[in-house]
Amino acid sequence: MYKVKVFVTLRESVLDPQGKAVTHSLHSLNYQQVADVRIGKYMELTIEKSERDINEVVNEICSNLLANPVIEDYRYEVEECVTL
Amino acid sequence: MKFAVIVFPGSNCDVDMFHAIQDELGEQVEYVWHDSESLEEFDGILLPGGFSYGDYLRTGAIARFSNVMKEVIKAAEAGKPILGVCNGFQILLEAGLLPGAMRRNESLSFICKPVELKVENNQTMFTNEYSNGETIIIPVAHGEGNYYCDEETLARLKENNQIVFTYNQNPNGSLADIAGITNEKGNVLGMMPHPERAVDELLGGADGLKMFQSIVKAWREAHVVNA
Repeated sequence: MYKVKVFVTLRESVLDPQGKAVTHSLHSLNYQQVADVRIGKYMELTIEKSERDINEVVNEICSNLLANPVIEDYRYEVEECVTL
Repeated sequence: MKFAVIVFPGSNCDVDMFHAIQDELGEQVEYVWHDSESLEEFDGILLPGGFSYGDYLRTGAIARFSNVMKEVIKAAEAGKPILGVCNGFQILLEAGLLPGAMRRNESLSFICKPVELKVENNQTMFTNEYSNGETIIIPVAHGEGNYYCDEETLARLKENNQIVFTYNQNPNGSLADIAGITNEKGNVLGMMPHPERAVDELLGGADGLKMFQSIVKAWREAHVVNA
């Protein structure tokens, strides 16, 4: 079994209105040192081992559904785990 | 002319769309459930607004994988008119039938009000009853109508006259004030404003009715002898 952690964020070139609003809120809380906030999504997938390479499978899943390549980037971490 | 109104779990403008076609336009219309496997009997396909699949993951992201979308893509390839309004537009973007993507409104608020649109291209099967540059009033109701595409795509949209409607006062931060675009072939239109909610003066305006009349006019010219 694999535990896969997927992080989806808006592309750098795409404005993030939520992140901007949160940045402003942090400034009004006097955290002036916060230069920028980008908001994204975090997903955890549990994937069973198969003959296919796990990276290939995860990349396919991410580009087909989890992220929209027009506005979003993704990255992921794979962790092998033992099932109980 | 026979229209299909596609109904997904979470669609909520399907009844308005049905009413616009049957009672105001006076053409045939049927509801088609999202797991339907054929759209062959229909001449025009309408994807209504709403929150299909609760907007889970991204607006339109899950609806795009329903059975009926394969048929919508087939109908688009066959040149049939496909109109996606609001969530329907978002689904067409996710399905790749139209270029670009939707972001949250710049204000982060849900906007619900009548807006002024400019008809940028009246040479389409959806706008032939309008004049070029005409200002029309159509209501918007969305939280994610902030259209985005890369510069290359925007240049292509402009070059091919695919930008059909723009906002006079941009309500959501949409790139180049875009309110509605077509595909390259011109038979798929996606727009955030709701023409089906502007089909009767009693309800505040009828500027949307001409869009449906345009579709019928273009269809008659192509399919009816001595139209």
